[in-house]
Amino acid sequence: MKPAPFDYVAPTTIDAACALLAEAGGGALVLAGGQTLMPLLALRMSQPFIVVDINRIDALKGVTRVEGGTRIGPVTRQNDIITDTILAEALPGLVTATQHVGHHQTRDRGTVGGSIAFGEPAAELPAAAVALGATIEARSIRGTRRIAADALYLGPYATALEPDELVTAIHFPDWPAGTITLFREVARRPGDFALVGLIGAFAVTGGRIARVGIAWFGMGPTPIRARQAEAALRGQPAAGLDARGVAALAVADTAPFDDHHATAEYRRTVGERIFSRALAEASVLF
Amino acid sequence: MSEHHIAVTINGRLHQATVEGRQVLGDFLRVTAGLTGLHLGCEHGVCGACTIIVDGKAVRACLMLAAQADGTSITTVEGLAAPDGTLHPVQQALRDAHGLQCGFCTPGIVMTLAALMQAPAPATEETLLAAMSGHICRCTGYQGIRRAIRALTARPPGEPA
Ligand code: FES
Ligand code: FES
Repeated sequence: MKPAPFDYVAPTTIDAACALLAEAGGGALVLAGGQTLMPLLALRMSQPFIVVDINRIDALKGVTRVEGGTRIGPVTRQNDIITDTILAEALPGLVTATQHVGHHQTRDRGTVGGSIAFGEPAAELPAAAVALGATIEARSIRGTRRIAADALYLGPYATALEPDELVTAIHFPDWPAGTITLFREVARRPGDFALVGLIGAFAVTGGRIARVGIAWFGMGPTPIRARQAEAALRGQPAAGLDARGVAALAVADTAPFDDHHATAEYRRTVGERIFSRALAEASVLF
Repeated sequence: MSEHHIAVTINGRLHQATVEGRQVLGDFLRVTAGLTGLHLGCEHGVCGACTIIVDGKAVRACLMLAAQADGTSITTVEGLAAPDGTLHPVQQALRDAHGLQCGFCTPGIVMTLAALMQAPAPATEETLLAAMSGHICRCTGYQGIRRAIRALTARPPGEPA
């Protein structure tokens, strides 16, 4: 259980990190919190030539308010998200989701950007980024671009990020005051990846659902946005929602699979139940 | 394969060494620094046996590279008890409550609890128990560990709830 040999570099600027990634021509991996990458290296499932450690780049850390939203540096530790005062106000749903990531000891090192960029389909933060409408800022020596979280995930652990691109920020848009975020996760033990999970944000104005974002995790090869359910809810009166009907629509967009943890059928059944219950509970608050 | 000169403060003493880029921090601490109180179980982040304190935070030593520890301050289980041998309150509580049997998982559990007891946020029974999800103990059935946590977070008599 020792990693295969590699060159280790720890640049202190974003430019230096991008130059290293460009030079490596796809043979490099970025090391953020390491809570996923280090096991992959130890098991030799990953054998990069170069590991680019971004933990010494201060410009990649911290939470700041920007015009219309909140910018999170990718190397912000998950436990720092949980205690952040800006996020407690602006993105309580993200804070709740982060409380379910791994264990206290892994959140002390694990980062927001690492989790979002890795794209584990049963992880909380990629789904939170999709549901809350985040965009991912990626930089390479070729330039900077922004990718909607919605368009980031292509398959299990496969993202639209190019091998020479570094995530330099995650932007979460503001949601209206009074937005309600629902978070539900079913796992065998605390800290495990979800068997089934969902996160949904609902903004109600004048008695109607003005804005909604819902994403599943553990329900397919990527985090999955519940588009049909979102469309059915958008603009509807918040009172008297057909929670069961909407839950059935939400599950219709998923593509769960059988594995040794649970069957696809189990995931669909439980997903529908937790969604309809959560929506019924939330409608009291709308 | 790259090599790196590192300087790390371990249990209050500065250690300098040259390490391979791929060397894991847990191996460095056990093999090079000789701190075999640190236990490596799974070596891939699942069991929690290797938990140590790095710059005040409880982290898994198998999920960091030695090169990443350059400039940090580390505490292992060897650094907890007082020089005269008086146990750290966490160690004493686990001992009193029979919170260990074979002791393989214990150094990790001790370090998590010690980190949380010294953190700025107050350690409650709830937060300490929740952090135990990060440890696997094959012997105790966890009840002795729970009792130790209850003893650690019990309010002294007379203090308001
Ligand atoms: S040895 Fe590090 S978590 Fe098991
Ligand atoms: S005391 Fe033996 S594993 Fe915990």
